[in-house]
Order: sequence, then structure tokens, then C-alpha cells
Amino acid sequence: MSMRRITDTGALALHYDLVVVGAGPAGLSAAIEAAAAGASVLVADENLAPGGQIYRAVTRNAPERQDFLGKDYWKGRAIAEAFSASLIDYAAATTVWSLDAAAAEGGSASLGLTLGGEARMISARAVILATGAMERPMPIPGWTLPGVVSAGAAQIALKSVSGIPGGRIVLAGCGPLLYLLADQLLRAGAEIAALLDTADRKQRLAALRHLPGFLLSPYLLKGLSLLFGVRRQVKIVSGVRELAITGTRHADGVRFRAGGREATIAADCVLLHHGIIPGINLASAAGCAIEWNDAQRAFQPRTDKHGRTSVAGVLSVGDGAGIGGAEHAAVSGRIAALASLTDLGLLPPSGTASRLAELERQRQVYRRGRAFLDALYRPARQFLAPSDPDTMVCRCEEVRAGTLRQVIALGVPGPNQLKTFLRCGMGPCQGRMCASTVTEIMAAERGISPAEIGTYRLRAPVKPLRLAELAALPQGPAAVFAVTGRALEHDSIEEEGKNQ
Amino acid sequence: MFLRIREPVEAVTFSFDGRSVTAARGDTLAAALLAAGVETFRDSVVGGEPRAPYCLMGICYECLVTIDGIQNRQSCLVEVHEGMVVNSQHGARLVTGRADR
Repeated sequence: MSMRRITDTGALALHYDLVVVGAGPAGLSAAIEAAAAGASVLVADENLAPGGQIYRAVTRNAPERQDFLGKDYWKGRAIAEAFSASLIDYAAATTVWSLDAAAAEGGSASLGLTLGGEARMISARAVILATGAMERPMPIPGWTLPGVVSAGAAQIALKSVSGIPGGRIVLAGCGPLLYLLADQLLRAGAEIAALLDTADRKQRLAALRHLPGFLLSPYLLKGLSLLFGVRRQVKIVSGVRELAITGTRHADGVRFRAGGREATIAADCVLLHHGIIPGINLASAAGCAIEWNDAQRAFQPRTDKHGRTSVAGVLSVGDGAGIGGAEHAAVSGRIAALASLTDLGLLPPSGTASRLAELERQRQVYRRGRAFLDALYRPARQFLAPSDPDTMVCRCEEVRAGTLRQVIALGVPGPNQLKTFLRCGMGPCQGRMCASTVTEIMAAERGISPAEIGTYRLRAPVKPLRLAELAALPQGPAAVFAVTGRALEHDSIEEEGKNQ
Repeated sequence: MFLRIREPVEAVTFSFDGRSVTAARGDTLAAALLAAGVETFRDSVVGGEPRAPYCLMGICYECLVTIDGIQNRQSCLVEVHEGMVVNSQHGARLVTGRADR
């Protein structure tokens, strides 16, 4: 029994019990659990190999060669090995661009995906979205310059090509990942010129009431050793209140203000980080209700304790459903798989109840301390809604903060109408890089909560696909009628069938 | 932008804007280009400003390049292959899909 790698659309089944989108800890764990229960499972993932971002390239790297990645990274090995040993269809380098939960007959969901330049529609009785998190965009002047990448990107380079940034490295922003990355870069032999910490000191007090939970957290020791280790080796500037990257065709420095003084530091490579937020595009386009999580300052799909969204047959797990970390994600993936298979009648409710209770107990351990981290690293307002009018907010359509504010002042009702006025959120990234900032600017201008402003309404395709891919989809009679307005001749339908 | 601290196990050669680039089998194209010293991947569509990958995980679309004549490919999600012909992109795309160079 072992995983089957799907490398062209012809090898896909037309129907699965369960399709899992994403092959990080949540998606892999969900798939392993579902396959063990005898369900037919497809895992579709954009990356070249299993592991998601946290365990990226874990099947390709080796502890003796990539020793700098730290012991938590290698926990991904066990999950990836269990995945390889499960009876699962695995489509790597595959983009899922649509999910229509009510499209197919018999209560199945319909998914559109692209693999090797070819698109296909398949159906599934249930879908688990394990699309993970993305870094919260950090719009500051100069952040579009080459030489500026997110901290996550630097970590991906380290994991995927054992690459460390060349030249003078400056890290800027806030959040645990910034210190984890600093630690990994130091272990890999990089020299860090400075870490500019934008964490709001006032948040220390707010975090204090969540301290008891953090003291019981499995992350406590690791967090403290990271913090002290990095502080010993890197110049840290805390209380940074303004940031701008200088340079014309490439970053050459960072200008910052801290403690009332302005300074500039030379840099060849600037790594920005501002916390992580759920990637909600596919869930949102599938019609799942989206809610505001004020503690994490981000939108997320509304889910029950097992991961069910507001759309029947669609579940959302892992960091894509709210930030909880890799081990929390793995447990939540298992929980969602059991819940989903029970809903489908593939597992008896009596047999799963105790196992679900045990997994929920495990998950609770990984939730300890999260509220503390959320409060401590709550991003400062000036980096959520940049005040400088020239700061680029929508990188694709090149819409700046000042332009957004002018149009918001005209009385535009919400982010969706801003699109119509300015095209913000309408480029290839489809709002991923500007949605959070647009909402924050609008909320700040109106003096109300982002929850009331809402976010972009999203529709399929959630990732761009070529017209040629769409046009080459196998066409059923309904599709032909929709386009031509005429029913297909009977024998031509048969011809179509043969061609498929 | 990135320096490899471990030598590639198995080398793959491809071209970027006509120059030959060596990478490791299994690398994503974007990471391979950054590790080969490529600084700018494209000029932005509206303002013509230099851009390079920001996220390396399929979110930002800053890494778009033309691969073997097909434009707007996310180089952070594509594996390098021997003999691949890669070109940077300048300005808005053409509907006809013709490559820049």
C-alpha cells in the first residue's frame, strides 16, 4: 500500500470520497487518517513535494546536510513518511482554482484544478481545505524593491535550496517567526546586520493576562531560548515605529525611527515579517462564511470544533482556519477527517466519538499560549494602515495608500467598490497582497472595526488560469448549451466522449 | 540574492534571458534564479518598476516569467528542467502570448 503520484490529469479519478487541498501538516494528516479509514482520497497541492511551507522539502533535505533547520523541522519527516505509505492519490504542482460545493449531482462538490498545463473538473463527496497561512503583507515605503522579501521567503530559500541571503541582512517587523528565522540564519552561518523590532511595547501589558497559558505551552522553552540566543548575537533595535526601505532599482538600506530618533542602516537584503494570517481565498470563493478574528486581527472561515464550514461537505483546517501552528494543524487535520468521514457514513459515529475526544484533548495542548503570542505580537497600527501616501498597497495594479484614502473619502461603501474605482485587488494575486491593508485603511478612516468593513468578495477561478486550459476542458452537454445556446446533436456527444 | 551553502547534488542547466544558469534538480525556478544572482525578474505592468519574488510561496505573483514561450508562469511553483528557456517580462502582456525576447 502506498501513495500514488499523479503527474498528468489523465491519471486523476473523476470522483473521490475526499479531496484535500494542501499538503502541509493539516492536509497530510487529514489524508492519512481518511485513507486509513478506507476512503478514496486525493491530495492536491501547489508545491513540488509534500510538507507545506513549515516542512518544505523535508523529504529532500537530510538532518546531516541541513542541520541548521532545527529539530522541530524534522518532525515533518514522520508525517511525510506516513503519507507516502498511505493509499492516497497525490497531485503535486497542482492548482485548485475552483470549488463549487453544490454543483455536481448527488450532493458532491465539484473542483477545478490544473496540473501540467491541463485543467480538469473532478468531484468529491467532501472537501477539506488545508490551504495554510500566508504572511500578513507589510506595506512600507520601498517594499516592492528587489532585495526585499518576506521572512517566510528567506526561510523557504533556506529549506529549499540551502540558500542564505547575501550581503548585509536586515530583519524588520515583529512576531515569533522573525526570531526563528534569525536563529536559523545564524546557525547556517549568515551574519545579520540588525533586527528592527516593531512590536508595540504597550502590548506586553495586554499579553500579561494570557501569561499563565503560555507558561504551560509546549512552545515556552523554545521561544525563550530563541529570544535569548538571537539577542546575544544580533544587534536588536526595539520599539521601531517607522520603517522605509531606500534604493532605486534595488534595496540599499533601511531608514527607521525608534525612541524618537531617526537612523539609516545599509542593507543588501531586507526581510520583512508582520505575523501570519489564514489564506482564505478558496474557502471564501466556495461560499464559506468568513468571520473576523480580533485577537489574530484577520479574517478566517467560520468553523465548528471539527472544522466544518458553513457550506455542507466543506471543512477547513490548520492555519487556513485560524493560526495555531504546525502541530495544532496536524491534529486538527485528523479531527476534520474523522468528522467528515462520519458525516459521509464511512465511519460509524459510535466508533469515532472517543477518538475525536482524545484528539480534541491533544489539540488543546497546542492551543495553550496562543493568546499570549497573539497579544504580545499584535501588529502596531502604523504598519497595518500605512500613513505615508506613496506606500504601495496593491502591488499588482500599483495602487498607493494616498489614492485609496482619497477614494474612501468619497464615500465608497466597501472594499469591493474600491476595486471598481481603482482596480486594487484585481491583478494576478487577486487581492492576496492588499486585502488586509485595504480593510485596515478603510477601518482606520471610518473609525470602525475591520469586522464591519469586511474584505474582498472572491470568486472562482481563485488562481489565474489560461483561457486555453479552460477551453480545453472536456465539455458536457450542459456546457455546450450554455455557450452555444443549442443542444448538442446526440452523436456529437458520443464523439466528445470518445475524444475524452 | 541567496548564496547556496550546500552544493547541489545533481546539476540542471537552463537559460535566463539568454545566459546559462546552473541549478539543482528539484529546485523551484524562482529559488534557482535568486541563488544564481538574478536580481530583477520583471518590470511591473503599470509603472515599469523592477520587481523580484517577495513570498516564494505562490501568493504574491511577483515572480512571473515566461517559460518556453508561455508567459506569466509563477516561477516559485515550477521545477527547473534541463534546457528550460526562461525570459524576464517587461510591462503588460500581449494577448497573442508572444514572449519578450
